[in-house]
Amino acid sequence: MAEPSKKVPHYLSYPRFIWRALVESTDGNLLFYVWMTALTALALVGANAWAHQVADGMGLTGMTDHVSWGLYIANFTFLVGVAAGGVMMVIPAYLYDDREMHDVVIIGEVLAIASLVMAMLFVVVDLGRPDRFWHLIPGLGQFNFPMSMLAWDVIVLNGYLLLNLHIVGYLLYKRYRNEKPDRRWYIPFVFLSIIWAISIHTVTAFLYSGLGGRYFWNTAILAPRFIASAFVTGPAIIIISLQLVRYFTKLPVPRKPIQTLISIIKVTILINLFLLGAELFTEFYTGGSHAKSATYLFFGMDGYTGLVPWIWTAIVLNIAAAIMILHPLARKNFAFLNTACILAFIGLWIEKGMGLIIPGFIPTPLGEIVEYTPTLTEWQVTVGIWAFGLMIYTVALKIAIRILTGESNLQKDIDASPP
Amino acid sequence: MSDVDAKESAPVPEDDETGFTRRTALKALGATLGAAAFARAMAPLRSWSADLSMDEFLQQHYHEMGEEELEKVLRRLEKETLEDYGAEVEIEDLRPQEGVQFGYALNLSVCNGCRKCAEACNKENNHDRKTNNSYIRVFEMEQGSLDFEKGTASYDHTVPAPGKYYMPVQCLQCDNPPCVDVCPVEATWKEEDGVVVIDYNWCIGCRYCEAACPYHARRFNWHKPEIPTSEVNPVQAYLSNRIRPAGVVEKCHFCLHRTRKGEAPACQEACPTGARVFGNLLDPDSDIRWVLENKRVYVLKEDLGTRPRFFYFFD
Repeated sequence: MAEPSKKVPHYLSYPRFIWRALVESTDGNLLFYVWMTALTALALVGANAWAHQVADGMGLTGMTDHVSWGLYIANFTFLVGVAAGGVMMVIPAYLYDDREMHDVVIIGEVLAIASLVMAMLFVVVDLGRPDRFWHLIPGLGQFNFPMSMLAWDVIVLNGYLLLNLHIVGYLLYKRYRNEKPDRRWYIPFVFLSIIWAISIHTVTAFLYSGLGGRYFWNTAILAPRFIASAFVTGPAIIIISLQLVRYFTKLPVPRKPIQTLISIIKVTILINLFLLGAELFTEFYTGGSHAKSATYLFFGMDGYTGLVPWIWTAIVLNIAAAIMILHPLARKNFAFLNTACILAFIGLWIEKGMGLIIPGFIPTPLGEIVEYTPTLTEWQVTVGIWAFGLMIYTVALKIAIRILTGESNLQKDIDASPP
Repeated sequence: MSDVDAKESAPVPEDDETGFTRRTALKALGATLGAAAFARAMAPLRSWSADLSMDEFLQQHYHEMGEEELEKVLRRLEKETLEDYGAEVEIEDLRPQEGVQFGYALNLSVCNGCRKCAEACNKENNHDRKTNNSYIRVFEMEQGSLDFEKGTASYDHTVPAPGKYYMPVQCLQCDNPPCVDVCPVEATWKEEDGVVVIDYNWCIGCRYCEAACPYHARRFNWHKPEIPTSEVNPVQAYLSNRIRPAGVVEKCHFCLHRTRKGEAPACQEACPTGARVFGNLLDPDSDIRWVLENKRVYVLKEDLGTRPRFFYFFD
């Protein structure tokens, strides 16, 4: 009985692992059930709104031929950033061998999985013909690779999802069997995922920056701006997650990873503001047609001011968050720190979401100004996808933590129900 | 009964007998309720999927279909048009002609902004009547400026107005089309006679092409087009004016269902001023060649490198 689980063959232990994951996803205390039920309800509202949108047409959204992308693609763009931001735990843990970060690095990988699922759902709900989704599958459909940046995005997003599923799944399964993971089976994938994380947000930026007819996006600085903000939002949400994990679970969460993440945000939040400033200088000092969208965004144009309150809110939030995160209190007071993280998160959701996508269309390449306001359908679908993403995040974290703490493992399951 | 319960719950030591069964029962109830709620939430999709035939769902890309397969698709589309719009139509598959390269020129000194071209496009190409869609938008421009921002496409007064000139814009059929590059599924491409077309049954409706076009030439079908039966133009082609399904992108195709048979595009035919010159760039005797050789023509946003086939000139 020294190491009995070693003798269990994989074809017996893997189904038990999957079963254990299912049990953990549906078992919990009252708070867990309340939380999951509430999220399910919101996700269902979103699903219903989407079903109506498919049946009646995309006309149920506020989008037009003038502003042909809206809230969905804004959220997609932002969430690719969050997914890439998860890597800011992987880099210290593996590149700099930060032991304490290593113990909690799985949170970053799980965050990447949940955000990628959300990002992809936001693309699906934006499609006019979701029934033709299979046209995008290489081999089955007609895949315009390497010309279309959207084809690249399909590859990098799915690739990043598979990489993270493999790394998380492999490490948890080995831990479930109480075995030491074989480095050959995950270290190469971890390093690949670091490069890949940068690639997903770079390709997503190229999606926009490659369009010569849209001056607002057609800037080489867009990819660096995307990466900088990703490395603010990812760590910000992880800092809050780490505290929730410490509060709700038995996983020991050391202080140091949070301190490391604060140090990262201190740099990235300033780089992000610097790059935004560099972009705005070029726009406004040069003027002309290149500055039209930015003028509309920040000051309004011909009496149209739809985005002005949004962007100034974002600017205020981002600057406030930067000042707070640089303040020494951020290292001592968690309430102060969390406020800073939430401000940064909301600020960037606006700046790299609605504040980036919508002005690309206003004014149109033929100088027309047609404003865009998301409809109730769009908000319902959006909230629904976020709720669904939070469900994935919650469940995946719960499975991971129960296995990491040893509260669930193969031996216990075998003892409970022998084969 | 209690014996059975005791046996079943025995292997789970952490839960007591009743707790195990109650929890399992609650989970089953929750799962059932959840599934039922999901089915109800998705219910609107039922009417939509009823309209979607398996043949349509599995239809291959235009380039992948053999002659026979395409023939079947054309007949199916005719049948669907009859069912949906009550109109008997004939949908052809027209290929580019040898030795033909289409080009278009427009005389800005003559155009008076009457928008007869846009109207003709609407009727010819079976556009949605509710939104009054057209592939052509006419801008009223300030005399002395080529800046669209000083112009407007929504003027509503007698034309021509003093101090203004008029500039119709439609797809320029670029030789280096950004819209074609960005399409992730190759649903849009440039034909050998220069026309950029869309396979409306292959487009997934992502609207990336709409974002990529610097000329606002593409349109999306936000709803299923509404056309009264009597107004449906029955002369149709697969890649041009057949009635488009909801959720796909469409654009000007130089009326290829007419021009590939040697007829003039509807917008040119409708123009009362003779501002529009359409023809074969390879034919040295064509009007379009005469314009290109004798007028100082220019294209829109030449600096973007899109190489349009639609030229503007002043007398």
